Amino acid sequence: MRATTRLSAARSTPTLRLNLTRRGRLLRRLWHDAPFSVIGGIGVLLFLIVALIGPYLTPYHPTANSLPDRNQPPSLVHPFGTDNFGRDILSRIIHGGRNIFALTGTATLIAVGLGLVIGLHVGYLGGWLDQIVMRLIDALLALPALLLTLVLLGALGNSRFTVLVAIVILYVPIVTRVVRSVVLDVKTKAYIEAAEISGESRFHILFREILPAVLPTLAVEGALRFSYAIFLVASLGFLGLGVARPEPDWGLMVSEARDWYALSPHMLFFPSAAIVALVVCVNLMADGLRRLLEYSEVD
Amino acid sequence: MQTPILSIEHLTVAYRLQGEWFEAVCDISLNVDAAQTYGIVGESGSGKSTLVQAVMGYLSANGAVQQGAIYFEGEDWLRASRQRREQLWGARLSMVPQDPLSALNPALTIGEQIAEILVCHRYASRRAAQARAIEMLRRVKLPDPEGIARRYPHQLSGGQQQRALIAMALASPELRLLVLDEPTTSLDVTTEAAILDLFAELQDNHRAATLFVTHNLGVVARMCQRVAVLYAGEIMEDAPTEALYSAALHPYTRLLLRAVPRIGDSAPLQAIAGRIPSLRQRPSGCVFAPRCPAALERCHVHKPALERADDGHLVRCHRWREIAEGALRFEETAAELRRHEMRHVEDSLFDHLFSAKQSSTQTTVMRAEHVRVRYGVHSALSRLLGTKPPFRAVDDVSMRIPRGKTLGLVGESGSGKTTLARSLIGLVAMESGEAHLLDVPLRGTPRQRAKATLKAMQMIFQHPEESLNPYRTIGQTLRRPLVTLLGMSRAEADRAAADLLRAVNLPADYLSRFPSELSGGEKQRVAIARAFAAQPALILCDEPVSSLDVSVQAAILNLLAQLQAQYDVAYLFISHDLAVVGYLADYIAVIYRGQLVERGAAQSFFAPPHHPYTEALIASIPLPDPKAKARRVRLPDDQPSSVVPSGCRFHPRCPRYLGEICRTHEPPWQRDQQGRFYRCHIPPHELAALQTENGA
Repeated sequence: MRATTRLSAARSTPTLRLNLTRRGRLLRRLWHDAPFSVIGGIGVLLFLIVALIGPYLTPYHPTANSLPDRNQPPSLVHPFGTDNFGRDILSRIIHGGRNIFALTGTATLIAVGLGLVIGLHVGYLGGWLDQIVMRLIDALLALPALLLTLVLLGALGNSRFTVLVAIVILYVPIVTRVVRSVVLDVKTKAYIEAAEISGESRFHILFREILPAVLPTLAVEGALRFSYAIFLVASLGFLGLGVARPEPDWGLMVSEARDWYALSPHMLFFPSAAIVALVVCVNLMADGLRRLLEYSEVD
Repeated sequence: MQTPILSIEHLTVAYRLQGEWFEAVCDISLNVDAAQTYGIVGESGSGKSTLVQAVMGYLSANGAVQQGAIYFEGEDWLRASRQRREQLWGARLSMVPQDPLSALNPALTIGEQIAEILVCHRYASRRAAQARAIEMLRRVKLPDPEGIARRYPHQLSGGQQQRALIAMALASPELRLLVLDEPTTSLDVTTEAAILDLFAELQDNHRAATLFVTHNLGVVARMCQRVAVLYAGEIMEDAPTEALYSAALHPYTRLLLRAVPRIGDSAPLQAIAGRIPSLRQRPSGCVFAPRCPAALERCHVHKPALERADDGHLVRCHRWREIAEGALRFEETAAELRRHEMRHVEDSLFDHLFSAKQSSTQTTVMRAEHVRVRYGVHSALSRLLGTKPPFRAVDDVSMRIPRGKTLGLVGESGSGKTTLARSLIGLVAMESGEAHLLDVPLRGTPRQRAKATLKAMQMIFQHPEESLNPYRTIGQTLRRPLVTLLGMSRAEADRAAADLLRAVNLPADYLSRFPSELSGGEKQRVAIARAFAAQPALILCDEPVSSLDVSVQAAILNLLAQLQAQYDVAYLFISHDLAVVGYLADYIAVIYRGQLVERGAAQSFFAPPHHPYTEALIASIPLPDPKAKARRVRLPDDQPSSVVPSGCRFHPRCPRYLGEICRTHEPPWQRDQQGRFYRCHIPPHELAALQTENGA
């Protein structure tokens, strides 16, 4: 028994090393072909790190009012300035970033997971199930995103949880479609038929044989969904939906800053810039993922 | 001495891949004269496509000519401006590509596409060009040229499309060079024969120089006056066709000629070990040395020069003199090949897998009766909406496969041969009929079938690229059937998977590799190992060698024969290639449009009488022998249609059409003296008389 373990360990090491060097080579190639997508990826990573550890480093509490420091322009004490209640904008953006990551990240993960499972099944099984699910999805996709969210917020109450539910309902159909289209292509391959005639279980065929082929496309789609979710949450925040008032929220900050635009434009600039930078970075990263996927197909 | 039409001098073409240059074509020189047909033969990866692209001036963006020159009628073609090239393309130099459908514009009619060339080069006014297009279509022997000119490409069959492309290539009155890039590879063998006839006939008329690029040694033997054998981007041998086929001097050429299965010859095929080197790792010495059985030390170190052996016979080998004198023999004799096989069999550690096999006494492994398969059966709703009528791909096929024997099933594309196999294994539903595997009736999808049934029948698929999951290692792929069908533990499966690999002559360390690290032949070996893993009684082989190169194909065929001899497995061997089937099969059945038309033992299969369709199939095989007389049984191109003809299905194309009876009555099965069956109205003795008279 021990001998076999050692044997398989010895066997797996070269593959691992090979994959690591391969990964390094692919990244170098990506940097050569599309440097901005690498920069985008680094940007997303930075945003994530700041969202994770930033809140412990910020000198000010995001909701702490300080009336004497109202509407301060950017300075050494307040790098992004303060708002009309004297709250530090940098702290608010960092905390807001954390909220946005938590909300959109969770929602995207749930949507991608559900869409993956549904897409694998309907794509592979086909037939009536496929017909029914796809028509349902068509119906869902016909609804305008913002409208559906507003209806849900009205029905379920104005909370972050409702926003999460809305994002999941909006994005599950889209992910399902993308996954299904890949499955339709893969399931005609002879290796799937070879698995079928060997009496493989449905679980094995779906999650061991088909899933790996879906993952690259799914990663790209997930990244895109993530960027759209950020947009959606920011839009809702701008409308004052899905957030509780003193909590920092990028969209809400932009909305509030409108009234003070003439006096302190930095109030408008920094949260807007945060939204734009994050969305652009996520999109660039998605492009990079797509390219990496193409490279591995060519190899 | 007149200047040659095309003159290639020391041409080296390289591709830039991730910042590095790799040579795909290396130091090639050749001259093609007017009215000469020059053959370029090579396996995949030999650089023949690159050579064609360089000649045409179509090299892809990352490819570049690094050295050498190409002269077209004395003009420096590589330095010619874009404008100059556009003047010549289609006017003095044209090409017939491999895949006719992708070469034709689907949005224009055939007539418009041919006329366009004439108008573009100002040979004719638009109206005159139309007339000339129809004239060209008539010259390539298309029936109803006016009608064809008005049709769109998808309305023609593959053979008709290729004829239309030939008409287009020959349309220019000033044509000087015709480049044919595998012009018949995507066609059925009967269509291929008719197209080659057409080329041979047209050659006499157009007087242009022809560069004929192909992988098929039989096609070259028929068509070309001179042949260059390409390997890994270098010319190995360049000789007049007769000399090349009768007295080849390069080991590669000699082995290649022995690797082709020939009808009526059941001696084991000569396989060439190894694979063609990739662009990244070209050997520094002779490029063929790593695979050459006669390679010496210096072959690996020094690259041999292309030497003049004889008048007009060039060869790139250090040892050609020994080969020419007959002092060096490296081809294995039939007996040696057989012994070689047997040694592998004894070495195999794969035996314990089969040792527990129940000694079954059944002699028939597979019995299928009146199998019918229909496609396009939709719901009531789609029937109301008037979608396409259902198409019966397999119609009333019955067969038996005895234990340990091979039934070869031969048919052209669309004949239903693959569908039949897929219906037996449950991947498509049978409409009616019965099939029994070891006396167990076969019903439903694989999921509904008992494990014992799944275990007893496995399948090898056509495309090695698609038959292995690219995301799973070879070990993962091979272990699965061992675990699911044989109930092995993980450790047992690990050991057995390694044994399986050894049984198909692959090293055990391939277990941790991914399919992308394997060549096509190696992938097919793994697919064979997977099929054998479950210890089946029957393996359905669906064109297992048709996408492989000749040298690799021979090795796979030998492997299949060897494994069968050892493990008493029956094969249903499906192929479009009668020579391949004849090599492996004990019994042969010929299928045409979903029905068997002839069946019988393989030994006597190639003697008349034959069903007229089989006769045409046999006559159509291009033989790798320039002295072989072309047997002139040719079929008209099939019409693209899903309507099954009445009476005998073959009557619209039959060269021995009798008359009314063929159109109205389905022919009965007839039996000749040798115990072979065929389905035709002509009685055996008459048919035999007709066919021997014709063959002689």
